[in-house]
Amino acid sequence: MIAYLKKNFYEAGKLSMFAGRFFREIFTRPFYSNEFIRQCYAIGFKSLPLVSITGFIMGLVLTIQSRPTMTKFGAESWLPSMVSLSLIREIAPVITALICAGKIASGIGAELGSMKVTEQIDAMEVSAINPYKYLVNTRILATTIMIPILVFYADFIGIFGGYIGYNVHGSLGLFRYFSEVIEHLDFLDLLPATIKTFFFGFFIGLIGCYKGFNAKKGTASVGMAANSAVVLSSLIIFIIDMLAVQITDLFF
Amino acid sequence: MQKEPVIVIKNLHKSFGKNKVLRGINLTVNKGEDLVILGRSGSGKSVTIKCLVGLIDADEGELNIFGNDIAKMNYKELNAIRLRIGFLFQSGALYDSMSVRDNLAFTLKHHTPHLKNEEVDAQILEVLENVGLEEAIDSMPSELSGGMVKRIGLARTLIIKPEIILYDEPTAGLDTITAREIDELILSVQKKYKTTSIIITHDIACAKMTGNRIMILKDGVIHTEGSYEELENSADDWVRSFFN
Repeated sequence: MIAYLKKNFYEAGKLSMFAGRFFREIFTRPFYSNEFIRQCYAIGFKSLPLVSITGFIMGLVLTIQSRPTMTKFGAESWLPSMVSLSLIREIAPVITALICAGKIASGIGAELGSMKVTEQIDAMEVSAINPYKYLVNTRILATTIMIPILVFYADFIGIFGGYIGYNVHGSLGLFRYFSEVIEHLDFLDLLPATIKTFFFGFFIGLIGCYKGFNAKKGTASVGMAANSAVVLSSLIIFIIDMLAVQITDLFF
Repeated sequence: MQKEPVIVIKNLHKSFGKNKVLRGINLTVNKGEDLVILGRSGSGKSVTIKCLVGLIDADEGELNIFGNDIAKMNYKELNAIRLRIGFLFQSGALYDSMSVRDNLAFTLKHHTPHLKNEEVDAQILEVLENVGLEEAIDSMPSELSGGMVKRIGLARTLIIKPEIILYDEPTAGLDTITAREIDELILSVQKKYKTTSIIITHDIACAKMTGNRIMILKDGVIHTEGSYEELENSADDWVRSFFN
């Protein structure tokens, strides 16, 4: 038990140092803007189909599942605002982040892990190119910026899914539906939810890079890097979400 | 002609956990010399040259390159030295997400950002011509054979015009004919670029062809050294066993 705790504290320390290096090096030259844009494209644009499908299903299912209860309490007309609030405040950020943890953190972990195993990272190092700046900083920055954008997109698609779900058993125009949604939305519904998505993005990138960058020699370690990146980043997403809810509850 | 030492290693020690890999390596390589390091698997040959470029931190000892102790350098100073050293990895270590052109341009553009695209292309073509693979310029690493990967790896090394090249098992995993082609390529690079080399190998034919001095590592120390002929006719049975 003590050995297990010691190992985990040691890992947490190493991860903190890895994160510290990001903040130390992010503001110093050279800046790899082309690589950053490439990562934004790979992380953001290429995740759109997956986020679209999951976002749409989230909104649709939530509406269909909530309808009977809302109808029982005579609050069917509240359905659009209830669904949109649930999506924006909690469901879309967490589900999108979890989907991205599965897709992006594992991808980064496997990519950097295989680069480590095949000595590509060492090759960069001996060519006097800082692999941390080129590979890690660009990826962490890209996930930190792209995850909130993907969450906004998932919010919109989810609300649209809610509209379709509402119209399975009811009849409400698109304009009216969105008017209902916007009418009950507050800026404070968006702000905490948006802030936490930056943290989700940062940790998805950080953990993916950390696991890949520290992969041991051997192909098995590539799979382990990808797998542990998903597990740890998913866990961190829940922890951040719990903290964010507590802080939001205190201040807003 | 006066000998000018460019690499001096004194009392180099390195352990991985309880496994003591290097137990006091001492060697000197003079400018223009081509030193071959032979030894059994796990004897610490690769660890020695990885310590030289700072990929592995030594536990103890002095590593002087061009008169500078790399253990005392900061990251920036170490990178300045690394620019004067080429390293050919055993696997080639090409960046597999980039084409051959991008593999070569990446290092060059990073260190000489003022170069125009035409100048970068000209330098890429020049090194590819030197390794005989101009036609592979737009190929991806996954489309190349083992021998081609080594050649492109060497081209990537040459593009920064290094004064020292460290070869880690340049012929490992290649058939005899391709291995001899790589040996000839190393020889031509040594002549054309007037480099100093350390060649880590198991391949005796490679050692004979590319080295003018051979060292044999045993139990983490230099067991013996000499010319190919001297070692081939050594009184030590263990040394002679490498040449049979």
